Formats: sequence, structure tokens, C-alpha cells
Amino acid sequence: MKRFFSSALSLGLLWQFLGTLLGAGLVTGIRALMGLSITDTFFFTEPAWVMGGFTGAIAFLFGSGAVSDWMKWARGIDTPDHHEDHHTGWEKYVNVSLDHKVIGIQYTIVALLLISIGGLFALIFRTELAWSELQFLTVDIKLFGQNGPQLYNTLMSLHGMIMIVSILLGIAGIINYAVPLLLGAMDMAFPRLNAFSFWVSVPAAVLLLMSLFLGGFDTGWTGYPPLSVRAPVGMQMFFLGVFVAGWSSILGALNVIATVLRMRAKGMNAMRMPIFVWAAIATSLIALTATQLIGLSFQLVMFQRLFGMGFFDAAKGGNPVLFQHLFWFYSHPAVYVFILPGLGVISELLPVFARKPLFGYRWIAMSSLGIALVGFVVWAHHMFTSGMNEYLRVPFMYSTLLVAIPTGVKFFSWVATLWKGKITTPTPMLFVLGGIIVFLLGGLSGPPNATVSTDLHLHDTYFIVGHFHDTIFGGFVFPFFAAIYYWFPKATGRRMSETLGKWHFWLMTPSFFVLTFGMMYIGLIGMRRRIVDFDPALGIDTAHMILTIAGYLIGVSVLVFFYNFFNSIKNGEKAEGNVWNSRSPEWQVPSPMPAHNYEQPFEVVGEPYDYGLEGSQYVKFISPAKSGHK
Amino acid sequence: MRQFVIVGILVVLMAILTYVGLDAAGVAKQMHPVAASAQAASIDQLWHWEIIAISFLFALIVVPMFYSLIVFRRKKGDNSDGEHMEGNTSLEIGWTVGPLVLVVFFAYFGAYSLGEVRRADPQALEIKVKGQQFTWIFEYPEYGIVSSELYLPVDRQVVLKMESTDVIHSFWVPEFRVKQDVVPGRVTEYRITPTLEGSYKVRCAELCGTSHAYMESPVIVTSQVKYDAWLVEQQALAAAAQTPEGQGQRLAVSNGCIGCHSIDGSPLTGPTWFGLFGSERQFADGTSAVADEAYITNSILNPTEQVVQGFAPVMPPYTLTDEEIANLIAYIKTLK
Repeated sequence: MKRFFSSALSLGLLWQFLGTLLGAGLVTGIRALMGLSITDTFFFTEPAWVMGGFTGAIAFLFGSGAVSDWMKWARGIDTPDHHEDHHTGWEKYVNVSLDHKVIGIQYTIVALLLISIGGLFALIFRTELAWSELQFLTVDIKLFGQNGPQLYNTLMSLHGMIMIVSILLGIAGIINYAVPLLLGAMDMAFPRLNAFSFWVSVPAAVLLLMSLFLGGFDTGWTGYPPLSVRAPVGMQMFFLGVFVAGWSSILGALNVIATVLRMRAKGMNAMRMPIFVWAAIATSLIALTATQLIGLSFQLVMFQRLFGMGFFDAAKGGNPVLFQHLFWFYSHPAVYVFILPGLGVISELLPVFARKPLFGYRWIAMSSLGIALVGFVVWAHHMFTSGMNEYLRVPFMYSTLLVAIPTGVKFFSWVATLWKGKITTPTPMLFVLGGIIVFLLGGLSGPPNATVSTDLHLHDTYFIVGHFHDTIFGGFVFPFFAAIYYWFPKATGRRMSETLGKWHFWLMTPSFFVLTFGMMYIGLIGMRRRIVDFDPALGIDTAHMILTIAGYLIGVSVLVFFYNFFNSIKNGEKAEGNVWNSRSPEWQVPSPMPAHNYEQPFEVVGEPYDYGLEGSQYVKFISPAKSGHK
Repeated sequence: MRQFVIVGILVVLMAILTYVGLDAAGVAKQMHPVAASAQAASIDQLWHWEIIAISFLFALIVVPMFYSLIVFRRKKGDNSDGEHMEGNTSLEIGWTVGPLVLVVFFAYFGAYSLGEVRRADPQALEIKVKGQQFTWIFEYPEYGIVSSELYLPVDRQVVLKMESTDVIHSFWVPEFRVKQDVVPGRVTEYRITPTLEGSYKVRCAELCGTSHAYMESPVIVTSQVKYDAWLVEQQALAAAAQTPEGQGQRLAVSNGCIGCHSIDGSPLTGPTWFGLFGSERQFADGTSAVADEAYITNSILNPTEQVVQGFAPVMPPYTLTDEEIANLIAYIKTLK
């Protein structure tokens, strides 16, 4: 316990607490000197909270030690190039480590933690929606300065953003863990920046959760002004949290791109990279160049609230629709940030379990880049009803439908990969297959939202909610679970229970189909998005009850997963060899992977997925140079 | 070759089965609920084509996938790999170009359908719509009528000129199929030709705050004759409204008060006005007061100061003249 309290995580959180008080106190002091009010509903005034949130996040970084090497360099003190980890066991994961594998697991754990928080919020408001009328989030209750419907709005909005952050951390987790191993690199290109990218996401998550306790906010995760200008101070914590989480995403992406460009093993030219690396590159290109826009758009609203700048205030010559353009310029490509790594996992794992080469490697690789590029010119399809220029809707409809083409290439290539394979279906493969079908449903329910006239009906209804849950579950959640089941033995030297894995899959998948089909159906009938209560005259009470039950079953399946995950770390069946009989380089060495990855470097001598080609090899380990030290 | 034929047949069967299944659920040939506008016809037609394409594409992926999972399953004891097949350029080109054709077709059709939906009739009846937290107000400028219900004559195009006084709202009548945001600082336009008499609801589709869920108002489509009768009735009411009570009633409608405060005792977002005057009010902070002139005036000007127990402090402050407030109070006094 003592070692936990002296860990980087605990120190960081303590510093964040103190930093918040310091920043808020500073502003309060200045306000007192200026003769302004010094307290408000939530003790501090809004400017004080904003400053406190900001200084708290910075204090976390100092307190946790994520920036201490850089501080030492600034003072002229040298640090060893490669940290030898002083920590063992669980302690590695609550302290600053420069090892990409540790960081990958740290990301994954925080992502899983946030997924459970976001999922818990979903279950709370799903229960409220089980029947028309207000059940327990009534106007009489008062919690964190919010009554029931306000709390509903806060939980619903936070569900969105917490899940988004957890997805960003989840993909960072897989990419961080797998990419250097797949490339044959010792680590990421910038290990300290890598650690920084992870640690900065922790105070960001804390800020997001703080918004719940500071009056919440009732705008949905999109935070459209003018509503977000009128929301309680929780809104500002939400903006700050996203702003800080954005650093993690941008810097992480930069690191991935540099690593892939500079640190590939000998002989690994672009068309011989494992396909997941292509997905990581495509996703990082978007994250590196688009994330700024959401930070900017939220910052503008923050300033509108703090300083009265009328960016989006029509009365001051501002334009509320401008916000939507800025916001979606990131937030649409962001969904491709979420799904491209997942689709990469599907492409990476399919050949292993189909025992066949990946069909059309080049086409799949290029389709990832294609999706990333087209993704930049489709944002206004979220705004077909917004009142933007009417005629602009047509070109955005064309560009949006174009996304179907590279996505289609992936589907057809996956099916062709399965064709005439020798297919086995252990848990990771089940999740891969589930991911394909769920993503297919997400993809097929997309075009009716892309064609403007049908979207005029579907926009802002549960049809959309069902559609994007399909895309995100198919493009991220299923592949994420597949990746965890698949690489778990590499990370721990043990494998997760197959029986529990199958329970997880067979509980989650049918429930999920019921959930999203139901959502789309009630959306068509007239169920609007983001409402705390629905008109009983719509006749969808029973449907809502079924959706709620399905939601709970998904919750149960995830609990099964968590039990399996934590139990297998200690008690899982030992699996130190090439458990999946994969050609990928990381499986050619014993698990768990040693600290600096491959003891012998390898050279790429063949194609990555030549299953079924007699005597072929992807990598060959090079004996250490005779003259070298060591 | 034999396998391709089997899969081909199965794909066709599966596509038909999917379409029939969706049709049985009532969502293939039209969207839900019942279509009540001319614009809905074109939208539903596009939807129907999309459902056909979706059924086919669904089968095209799912059938070969499950076929492979069953037929190409690795047998027990077999440790060999599958056939070494790296790709096929003509296939890849085929499944790039095929969907491209489909995409261009649907984009063209989509644009055409949008054109149909937006086709303007110069004779369209113009009605002003004001959206505000959490109610809709309808104004018939030609007749000097302000109403909390939207009355529309059947088979005649109306164009709604919509404004918002506070945040973004979205005007959606599911039966009409069309949705348009109402944005502060600009006038947005909603064109519709109701074709089916009936009583519907406009439901705000853009999150606008705590009581967003309840921002619904009646939309009534009637015959031209009944519509004309309604206009005459409303005009008579407006003309008779020279008394303070009558003025107060008009104010209650035009300011959207009765969107949240019922006049018949039923609970809405705010407390009812029925029997309000002179009653004892219990507030959320535990205090209480008798609803007199001073209390009601304060509740209009500073709504979040004395919040009645069981209700959310969501009402925005209103700036009305003393005379207007007096008229409103006179009207409220009549409600018992």
C-alpha cells in the first residue's frame, strides 16, 4: 500500500489536487483585489475553476515525474538513454516507464477503466429510459447541483466523451504495444514523449470526471453553442479535459509516424510492413493533423464564456453554425481514428486464423489511407439540417458516399481471405468475425444518413445512435477485445481462459445486435436522440425495455471479460511459445517479451502473410555481430 | 466453380430473405411512422431503393463469410495451411468500380430526391415559427393570429420561417419526414405539403436543455374548410381580446408560457396556472408564499429565485412591461 501511495500515479493526483487549489486560489485572490465576486455555486468562481483545472493538469505532469528527464536536461544533468525499470509487477504500471510495452499496457488499463465508467453511465440512463415517464432521475432529486433530467443530460454527454477518450487510449494502447514489436524496433522513436503522451491523459480523464461534480453540462458531447455558453461550470471542465486529452492524441500520433518512418527492421519496405502498421499510420496522420480543430473550437467557446468574446454569439456578429464546422472538421475524421486501428487488427488477425495470405494486401493498405483522406472532406454531413448553405449539402453527400468504396475493398478482401482457408475460431478470431459483421451493419446503415433527403428524417434520432454504435463496436470494441485476447499471452506469458472468452463473446454479440437493431427501429418511429423521457404515444415502451435488458447483458459480458482478464494474469494457462502459430515476428520469440524487445535483430526476408507457401519465412533473426560488444 | 454457383444462389436467397424480413418489420417500403406529406413520398422512395441495395450487399458479404466458416473449417488433426492465394487484381478492380457505380447512382438519386423535397410553390402559405426553451410559437402574419398549435390545411404547401430566441432547436414532425434546425440569429426555412389529415406533433430534435424531451407541440392537418373555420375562430378570439384578460391570454400564447404551464391543471415542465392565483406555494428551498401579484411578477422577471418544489429551475427570465404583466396576471386569475 505504501508503495502505491508513493507511485507516480498517486503523486501526480496529489499534485493535481494541490495545483488546482493553487490556480483557483490565485485567480480568486486577484478577483478579490479587483473587487469581483470570489465565490459561486461550486465554491470557486468559473474563471478560478478554469485556471485551477489548467494548473492542476500541469501540476500532475510534474508531480508524476513524466517531465523530470526533460527538466534535468534543461538544468544540464544527463539521464541514461534507456531507463532500467526499478519497478516490478504491478508497480511498473503505476510509475513512469519509458518501455513502450509498459506504456501500451498502461494505456489499455486506463482505457478499460474508462470504458467501465462510460458503460456504467450508459446503464444508469438506459435504466431511466426503460419506460416512459421519469423513473428515478426525477426533478425532485438533487445530486452534484443537478436535478434528475440535468443529471441525465450530464451522464449522457459524459458517456459520449468518456467513451471517445477511452477509445483514443485503447487504440494508443494497441499501437504502442504492437507497432514497435511488429517493426522489430527496440522502442518508440521518442520514449519520453511516449510516456508524456500517456501521463497527460490521466489528468485529462480526471478533468472530464470533475465536470460531473461541478454542475455537469447538458449539451451532449458535441457541446454546441449557444447551449454550451449557458451550461454550468462543468462545461468548462469538459472543454479543458478534451483539450488536455488532445495533447495525448497529437503527440502520440507524432511518435507513431516517426517510429514507423525511421525504425523498421532491415528489409521491411513499405509493402512488407505488417498490415496493422498501415492502419496505425493512417490513423496517426488524422490524429496529428485534425485534433487541433476540436481543441480550438472548444477553446473558442471557453473564451466566449470567460471573456465575452462573441465567436458564436449571433447578437455580437458571431455565428453558431461556424462552431459546428470547426467541431466536425475534427470530430468526423476522429471516427476514422477510432476504427482504422480496429480494422487493422481484423486484417492482421484474419490470415493467422484462416491460415491463408491476406487477400489483396496492397489494396487493404491503400484503403486505410483512402479512408483517412476522404474522411477529411465529409464533415458537413453532420450538418445537413443545420441551416448551412443548402447547395453545399450535395457535394458533401457525394464525398460521404465515397467512403463506401475503400471500406468495401476491405470487406471484400476479408471475405476473400477466408475463402478456401483452414479456419479455426478461438476467442480472438470470434471477436474478429463478430467485428466484421457488426461493422458491416454499421457500414450498411450509413448510406441512408449520407443521402440528404433520407437524413432529414434520420438525423438526431436513435437511428443514428444505432448506426454509430454499430460502427464503433465493429470498428473498435470487437477488434479491441480480439487484440487483447490475441496479444495477452505475449504480454503476460499466460493466456486468457477460452471458455470465459466464449461466454463473453456469445453473451455480448446477440445482445448487441438486439440493442442496435432496436435503436434504429425506434429511431425510425420517432425516438429522438438525447431525451430523458419519451412520449408514450409513440408505442415504444416495450422496445425500450428490451433495449435496456440487452444493455445489461452487454454489461454482464464485459464483467466476465474483466474477471477473465485479471484472473488470467496470475492463474492463466502458461503460454510462452507461438500460441497462435503466427508468422508475425513477435511470436517467433518466447513470451513475455523481454524489456528491450528482440535480443537478436531480425531481417525481413519474405511477405508477412505467406501462409500455405511451403518453406517461406517472413523474418530471419540475425546472429549478433561478432565484433560487437556484448 | 461449383462452390461459386452455390454461394451465388445463396446470396440471392439471403438478399431476398433480408428484404422480406425488413418488409415484414414494416421498414422496407417506407420509413416509419405513416407518411403525411408530399415530400415524404420522395424520401420513402429513396429509402426503399436503399433498403434493396442494403439487403443485397448484406447478403453479398455475410453469405460467403458463413459459407467459408462452415465449409473451410479446419478439420480436427489437420495442421496444414489454406491455399496460398495472395490476391487478384481484376477482382479488386471489380469491387472498387462496382461500388463506385452504385455510389454515383445513389448520390445522383439522393440529389434528385433532395430537389423534390425542396421544390418551392410560389403560392405557399407562410407561417412564422419561434422556437424557445422549451416551446414552439406559431404566428400567422396575414391573419394576426398567434397560436401554440400549428394548424395546417391539407394539400397546400406551407413554408415555415423559423427563428430561435435562445439556443438551437430543430423542427421535426416525424410524419412529414423533414427536419430543420432553428438557429439563433438567422431565419431557417421549412417547406412541407401535408397530404394526410390528422393530429401530429412537432418534436424538438436538437438538444436544447433540461426539458428538451418535452419540447413538443401539436400539429394539426385539417381540410381547407376546417382550417378556414379555425382561422375565423382565432381571429374572433383575437378581436375579443381587448380586455386585460384577453390580452393576457394572447401574451401567454405569444410568449410561449403555455408550452410549459398548463391551463387545465395537468403538470408540464412548469407548474400549472390552473388555480394558481391565491394558492399557497411550496418552494424547493423549503420556504413558502401565497401566489399574489408580487410573487407572479417576480416569477416572470426572476424565474429561478422562487422555484416551486418538484420543478426544475429552467425557465429563462422574461422582460415584459408592467402593463403586460398586469394583463397576464388578470388572465391567470380567470383560470380556476
